[in-house]
Amino acid sequence: MTYQNPPTKPRYSATFDEYTLSEIRRAAATGIYDIRGAGAKRKLPHFDDLLFLGASISRYPLEGYREKCETSVVLGARHAKKPIELKIPITIAGMSFGSLSGPAKEALGRGASLSGTSTTTGDGGMTEEERGHSQTLVYQYLPSRYGMNPRDLRRADAIEIVVGQGAKPGGGGMLLGQKISDRVAEMRTLPKGIDQRSACRHPDWTGPDDLEIKILEIREITDWEKPIYVKVGGARPYYDTALAVKAGADVVVLDGMQGGTAATQEVFIENVGQPTLACIRPAVQALQDLGMHRKVQLIVSGGIRNGADVAKAMALGADAVSIGTAALVALGDNDPRWEAEYQALGTTAGAYDDWHEGKDPAGITTQDPELMKRVDPVAAGRRLANYLKVMTLEAQTIARACGKNHLHNLEPEDLCALTIEAAAMAQVPLAGTSWIPGKNGF
Amino acid sequence: MQVFDLAKSTLRELNQALHNVQNGSNETAWEVLNPKGSHAVAAGVDAPISVDVRGSVGYYCGGMNSEATITVHGSAGPGVGENMMSGSIVVKGDASQYAGATGKGGLLVIEGNASSRCGISMKGIDIVVHGNIGHMSAFMAQSGHLVVLGDAGDALGDSIYEAKLFVRGNVKSLGADCIKKEMRPEHIAKLRDLLDRAGVKDVKPEEFTRYGSARTLYNFNIDNADAY
Repeated sequence: MTYQNPPTKPRYSATFDEYTLSEIRRAAATGIYDIRGAGAKRKLPHFDDLLFLGASISRYPLEGYREKCETSVVLGARHAKKPIELKIPITIAGMSFGSLSGPAKEALGRGASLSGTSTTTGDGGMTEEERGHSQTLVYQYLPSRYGMNPRDLRRADAIEIVVGQGAKPGGGGMLLGQKISDRVAEMRTLPKGIDQRSACRHPDWTGPDDLEIKILEIREITDWEKPIYVKVGGARPYYDTALAVKAGADVVVLDGMQGGTAATQEVFIENVGQPTLACIRPAVQALQDLGMHRKVQLIVSGGIRNGADVAKAMALGADAVSIGTAALVALGDNDPRWEAEYQALGTTAGAYDDWHEGKDPAGITTQDPELMKRVDPVAAGRRLANYLKVMTLEAQTIARACGKNHLHNLEPEDLCALTIEAAAMAQVPLAGTSWIPGKNGF
Repeated sequence: MQVFDLAKSTLRELNQALHNVQNGSNETAWEVLNPKGSHAVAAGVDAPISVDVRGSVGYYCGGMNSEATITVHGSAGPGVGENMMSGSIVVKGDASQYAGATGKGGLLVIEGNASSRCGISMKGIDIVVHGNIGHMSAFMAQSGHLVVLGDAGDALGDSIYEAKLFVRGNVKSLGADCIKKEMRPEHIAKLRDLLDRAGVKDVKPEEFTRYGSARTLYNFNIDNADAY
């Protein structure tokens, strides 16, 4: 190396980065697209890009350890004879028995019940351990209708018609054969060991006019007792929310692209749908335009991790939030204590997402009888309850600082954004300015 | 006989009355007048009663039926007998799309024709259609039997699992992974039983052809990608 011939450093491409190169090599070697669990992993505008303003001369705060900040929420009062009331506005999202082990489902029910909130079935029907350990259980009505029956509809506390989910709006599901145990096969009326495809569309209705009739039928079957939710992925949140309301939903569940799935193509997860942050305001706008905000409740999910996220989603207009991935982590998913086993699977704690393969060292996304013994439903349920308590306390802390005596009183005016993108999506001013991109002609 | 006139009472009152019937009740025979295309007529019945609907119905008549015997003296809109668990439903006229969709059990008889997607995603129900069925019937059908005395439309049994299909007439085309199969004695016996229960006379099981899954798409294999 001489001054006359100076070297340049090897330069990696930002376009063809290390992950992209590895995926090209993997695809070339196997001829199969990559399937994985979880939601979008790419960096997206998110709640981290928002800040609360807090109280000042024009707003006065509530005393942290003295003055009450309520957290309860009533869901389903629009049409249901028996709406449900939750102590906290953080629910557990739908995750199937089949994709999750029985002990994991039981733990979700235990944790939710300890916290006074609801948990949700998934694409596999309702299990006894889940019903038995869930004080408030939402029963999903999915395109596959695996395990669907009127008895379970009637013993559910609410019914969630799943149109889509954030990880894959427009996509169905796939539970690979290795997770199809005898019990899972029986619940789904399919042979053991075969791949189970969950349809992407409902078999007996298409479009909002049909959905209205489908909701009527379910209400008739359940004697108009149960709140009926409609869950949509973050695709066209304004119109999807408006059409769900028009079809008669009591509650709209809106799942952004960070929301997890048990198994879908990586290309689908990372390239279809909108970030959670971008979905909330259009959905709230639809409710407001119809005069239904706070009458039809909005539950937001997809990347909710802490009390700040809860408070931010609610300040943007949500009535409640839902967690899936975070709940699994609270149970023990991706725990570093299993690092040696994650390494043996070619991954590392924190990055493990091959949930469809059924080899989860943490015993959560598996049907392996030995692995699932690693989940103690009582202890894991307690961890989930602890986590929910912390999230609630955090959200209350922020709400009090903003002078709010109920989480529902948080409002967009309590927020500013750190980036132009987040300011545009959340429709709150860029920090230090009064500028909301797209508003007032700018 | 309990008579319920939908020109004078609401759908809600009808279904609530049907749901209130207790096992062992004397109110075992019901008649519904003036359905006039109402949706969800007799949906969610859970008792061994008979319901005669005098006229045509809209969507989801007899949805999720358990134990009841429902007869529609007219035609039925989409999703008749969807997800039914047990009992039987007889449609004297024609049925629209998705007849018997996702049905888990019981017997659904269509004495006329059924439209597209008859028996879609069926999971144990038995369906007998006296006439023809439309395209994409028995799509992703998991178990149960679909018997068709007439013809079947395009893509019969696409992505079928373990359901058994018996067609007496022509099949316009078969869907992915659905093939013609041998009629063995147990199939003849089952078919005879189904025809008998569906009130079909003068038709022999031997006149039917059986169709079912080739089971080549049961586990994902990239070499089958062209089949989708």
